[in-house]
Amino acid sequence: MIDMVNTAEQPLIRVEKLTIRFGHQTVLKNIDLAVPDGQTLALIGESGCGKSVLIKTLVGLLEPVKGKVEFDGHDMHKLNEKELAGLRQRFGFVFQNAALFDSMTVGQNVAFPLEQLGDFSPSEVREQVLERLHEVGLPKNVVTKSPAELSGGMRKRVAVARALIVNPEVLLYDEPTTGLDPVMSDVINELIIRTRRRTPVTSIVVTHDMHTVRRVADRVVMLSPYARLAGGQPQILFDGTPEQLDQTTDRRVRQFVNGEAGERLLELAGDTSN
Amino acid sequence: MVASSFNWIADLGETVHDALVSLGAFTVFVGRLWYWLLVSVPRWDTLMPNLYQVGVRSLPVVALTGTFIGMVLSVQSYAQFRQLGLETRLGAVINLSLVRELGPVLAATMLAGRVGSAMAAELGTMRVTEQIDALSVMGVNPIKYLVVPRFLACFFMIPILTIMADFMGVCGGFFYSVIVLGIDKFHYLENSAVFVTGFDLISGIAKSVFFGGAIALVSCYQGFNSEGGAEGVGKAATSSFVYSFVGILILDLFLGIAIQNLQSFLYPGGTKLL
Repeated sequence: MIDMVNTAEQPLIRVEKLTIRFGHQTVLKNIDLAVPDGQTLALIGESGCGKSVLIKTLVGLLEPVKGKVEFDGHDMHKLNEKELAGLRQRFGFVFQNAALFDSMTVGQNVAFPLEQLGDFSPSEVREQVLERLHEVGLPKNVVTKSPAELSGGMRKRVAVARALIVNPEVLLYDEPTTGLDPVMSDVINELIIRTRRRTPVTSIVVTHDMHTVRRVADRVVMLSPYARLAGGQPQILFDGTPEQLDQTTDRRVRQFVNGEAGERLLELAGDTSN
Repeated sequence: MVASSFNWIADLGETVHDALVSLGAFTVFVGRLWYWLLVSVPRWDTLMPNLYQVGVRSLPVVALTGTFIGMVLSVQSYAQFRQLGLETRLGAVINLSLVRELGPVLAATMLAGRVGSAMAAELGTMRVTEQIDALSVMGVNPIKYLVVPRFLACFFMIPILTIMADFMGVCGGFFYSVIVLGIDKFHYLENSAVFVTGFDLISGIAKSVFFGGAIALVSCYQGFNSEGGAEGVGKAATSSFVYSFVGILILDLFLGIAIQNLQSFLYPGGTKLL
């Protein structure tokens, strides 16, 4: 059973019948999703269910074998290279491991997207870099450090600052709190919330962390690994508000929300008894 | 039983299929590189570090190996030439071998080992840590930003490295033949001047340009398409050297034949090879 949330008539992002395959392995099949302007959507599900694949497809990093992704009325996979590059500048993407450029300092990393636009003087770029770093709670002296000198939480915050510097309309977070301690996870959650308060940004947060889901999301979509579905079952197991998560009757969703292994323990038993 | 005895056909088919897919992917990669080479000029701040890394940082090792190759040629040839009373012709043999063959191949081999593997490892690491995806999401074309400057650096720097290998090899050969073995200096130099022509020198340098281009293409392609974490990066670095080296030898053969035929055309009376 799928709980649906009413979406606006003109969603900013629309995914229709999206199917992604790697070789013979189907990762996503017939995914339909509409994300209205200004919404914070949490995308949850087991590892390997295709959450990261889905958000990478939204920015054209992966090509669907079927279906389409529309952003602001443009079919992302029918644009030429230049048009796609232009549209991508309206996105900010915080990668799972921050994906900071090793060869650059923190300051150069944050400045990079702005420098590529070419519309700003070096002093304006520097001013904006310091401002963004201040917003994510990092001191000025961090600009000259290399990414390797930073902790995991600081790297994530630099990645957020880099994503924010071009004032994106859409922010995509790929597991922003994975690998961080609970305190730092909460700092990142608060950052996501404050960013949204400050700017009318649409956010999609891929996460396993139910605390993050409850703190930041307006809406939750849960995916199932395609290989675990019986024929014809929809891959989206849940689409609703965080509050509705507690009322859902779907066993798989409840198991995920409560962190229970359930029948998956049988895999362990089969493995060890032999 | 019958099915298993025909498995080799399936394996062969899969191997051929994979080889064709790889060839197609490499062709597309080269095509995209040429597109960006033609439509844009790389920024100086991206080109300069690559020129420094490929050219300046490779000079010492190329000079050292060139010197020793010149001396080794002298050691290996001296006994035979002395028996025939032709030791003063050593200058011609050593210098001709160096400028036509050993200088360009040696410089290219050092470049493939020192720079090619490093390029593959660096781009491979950027691929597996999603740094290349991060570039794409910021609207920056990774071929234009990462591959074009590396290709141009190899293309422009390898002639200089070849000249250095030639020069140091000539010096090494002269030192061992004249200073250590006591061959008459005047006749050594006289024979070198008679037998080594400007065409020999230019043809060696011209060959090196093709080697440099091939090294950059192979290394960047391997790095760009690496997958599977640290193991994938290691494989990319190793295969970039192996494929570059094989490519250098194959190119050397065909360029050698072409240059020989060009020489026969320009200076009739020589031997035509094909």
